[in-house]
Amino acid sequence: MKRIISILIENKPGALARVVGLFHQRGYNIETLNVGPVFDGSFSRMTVTTRGSENDVEQITKQINKIIDVIKVSDLTEGDHHEYEFIMIKFKHSEKIQKILKSLNGKIHEKNNDAMVMSAWGSSSDIEEAIKSMGKVNLLEVARSGSIGLHEGEKVLKI
Amino acid sequence: MKLSGGDLLMRALKDEGVKFIFGYPGGAALHIYDSIFKQKAFEHILVRHEQGATHAADGYSRATGKPGVALVTSGPGATNAITGLATAFMDSIPLVVISGQVQSHLIGTDSFQETDMIGISRPIVKHSFIVQNTQDIPRIVQEAFHIATTGRPGPVVIDIPKDKTDPSQLFEYKRAKEISLRSYQPRVFPHPGQIKKASKKILSAERPVIYAGGGVILGNAHKELIALNKLLKAPVTNTLMGLGAYPAKDKYFMGMLGMHGTYQANMAMHNADVIIAIGARFDDRITNTPSMFAPNAKIVHIDVDPASISKIINADIPIVGQVKESLIALIKEIKRSKIKIDSEALDQWNMQISQWREKHGLDHDLYLSKIKSSMIAPQVVVQELYHATQGNAFVTSDVGQHQMFVAQYYHFNKPRRWINSGGLGTMGFGLPAAMGVKLAFPKQEVVCVTGEGSIQMCIQELSTCLQYNLPIKIININNEALGMVRQWQDMNYGGRHSASTYSDSLPDFVKLAQSYGHVGMKVTKQSQLKKTLEKAFAMKDRLVFIDVYVDPNEHVYPMLVAPNGSMQDMWIKKNTKA
Ligand SMILES: Cc1ncc(C[n+]2csc(CCOP(=O)(O)OP(=O)(O)O)c2C)c(N)n1
Ligand SMILES: [Mg+2]
Repeated sequence: MKRIISILIENKPGALARVVGLFHQRGYNIETLNVGPVFDGSFSRMTVTTRGSENDVEQITKQINKIIDVIKVSDLTEGDHHEYEFIMIKFKHSEKIQKILKSLNGKIHEKNNDAMVMSAWGSSSDIEEAIKSMGKVNLLEVARSGSIGLHEGEKVLKI
Repeated sequence: MKLSGGDLLMRALKDEGVKFIFGYPGGAALHIYDSIFKQKAFEHILVRHEQGATHAADGYSRATGKPGVALVTSGPGATNAITGLATAFMDSIPLVVISGQVQSHLIGTDSFQETDMIGISRPIVKHSFIVQNTQDIPRIVQEAFHIATTGRPGPVVIDIPKDKTDPSQLFEYKRAKEISLRSYQPRVFPHPGQIKKASKKILSAERPVIYAGGGVILGNAHKELIALNKLLKAPVTNTLMGLGAYPAKDKYFMGMLGMHGTYQANMAMHNADVIIAIGARFDDRITNTPSMFAPNAKIVHIDVDPASISKIINADIPIVGQVKESLIALIKEIKRSKIKIDSEALDQWNMQISQWREKHGLDHDLYLSKIKSSMIAPQVVVQELYHATQGNAFVTSDVGQHQMFVAQYYHFNKPRRWINSGGLGTMGFGLPAAMGVKLAFPKQEVVCVTGEGSIQMCIQELSTCLQYNLPIKIININNEALGMVRQWQDMNYGGRHSASTYSDSLPDFVKLAQSYGHVGMKVTKQSQLKKTLEKAFAMKDRLVFIDVYVDPNEHVYPMLVAPNGSMQDMWIKKNTKA
């Protein structure tokens, strides 16, 4: 089962590598990874998606928690949550692709004779679906942000 | 007064109460070495290989409970320290390893003796620091010791680029009164609700077993463990790392459990209705096949590390907290409880265990047998050693059959006396570890029980022992082979001894010891054994290397049957299952 793990971590050199390394070390895969500074910039928030059983995820979160720089860890998939992913796509003119992206909050950033650059965002499963249905013919380049998400309701990840 | 980075480091180490640093110099560490030359707070011990430095610091820590400190240079110095870091990491030993690094502006340029120490050591340290500003050195040292010694202990690396110890750059020394890290708050006290539940479960047990590991020793909770069992009267077993946590002479002690554990300990685990796991982590060398583990047992698991709980075996009642605090709370709760232990059931259970012991228990009187013509049994060497030292020695060991024989036949009544690499199983650990112990306890008997394979992995430290006058006694259980490897080849590979023997090319250990300035003795007959040991131990101020030739065909038993076996499936002698 797909899991979205949110991590609040010290924004220090090497901190990210400790988390990424741990997944490999303990035999788990990272499907997507997103990271950026938050609050006063001394923290980073990471979002990692992975696949595993309930037990697997319990082990991963416990092991991540042991990393000294990690402040909090939470499995968003455990409860109700919001989750989105952002993509940017460069493609040869194609009505079909334009239409697909429009349906996902699409926005045009560049348009020239040969190609277009558009962005879009939506739930990862919608994004996944969209990329599949675009076909390969006109697609030139895809960049994905990886999932980011928050708990629904009052639950927050902060110190 | 303002200090250079090197002097800040000295001052910080002094303020941590450091007495010994084990190290080896090199370019990137030379400013630091100059600071060492000028200080008097601690002694620097020059080893002969950086692996020796980390193991010596490790042995010092295991014996004293204080953190061990090692210092190495960049590049090859740092990589040589890796095995020692991994050894300490697997056994949760608090170390602070300081590595020199190339100058900051050279980092990332493949400069001379540059190695990404932080990167290489990442999976085998509890934490690591790279010094970016010289004035941070005191804080980093303080945090490193704090992290290494609290929660579940472990090794911490401090990587210091050479320019950060530049003698011409001076800074103020500041030491914080208290360390508090917002991202690191290890749990000390257990949850009271869990303690209540555990107490209920334990008191209503009919076939309880206390399974205590290295965490009891690391957490200095052996007294509490004894106090707990004064109330429970349950059979107790210790892991390889836990030997000494519960006195071996106590009538409730069943010996070690697991791969080469005693018959009664393994049978008790398999047939228990409640297992009280304390500071132990259900290692695969304990559980055998996890799905077949203790089928009728409810598990109470006390550990400071939540990630150890329900990792391999699901815990019915998890208790996260320091072992000492958790046991104190549990004892209090048990005393307060209205439920009383079921004495009748316990008597029956303890009787059952005695019967198992009678049936297939270890023979601790082998040394009394008078067969003097045949080869020496390695077990007898350990039994004679036990009697020669009255069971009071600090015993370090290496890895292999000899290690298991010590674990089985030397009865440890006190914690921190048995010093071995359990988790990583590092050959080469024994001698340098013994140096660390001897420096900490110069008046006590320190013995390294090793094999002719293992001792050659850090033999160079004999030179260190001469320089610092460390009169360790080395017992080389010489079976002219990588005995443990050969045992597996005998049992699982049709006796094909692939790359496990070398009897034609062994050194003359007596001469070798002598050439290092020590005393060498050789024993080939059982009739010489006792006398030779007495003679060696009488030489209080000399390192004596005793090379004991033993029966090369001996195997270690019991041995769990694997794969697809449970803890009740054991080989109890050659070709015989229990
Ligand atoms: C550094 C290292 N390399 C390899 C091994 C695998 N190993 C485990 S026991 C053993 C044999 C050890 O031989 P010896 O020290 O003579 O002890 P014996 O088993 O003969 O008592 C080996 C090679 C190890 N544990 N450590
Ligand atoms: Mg051997």
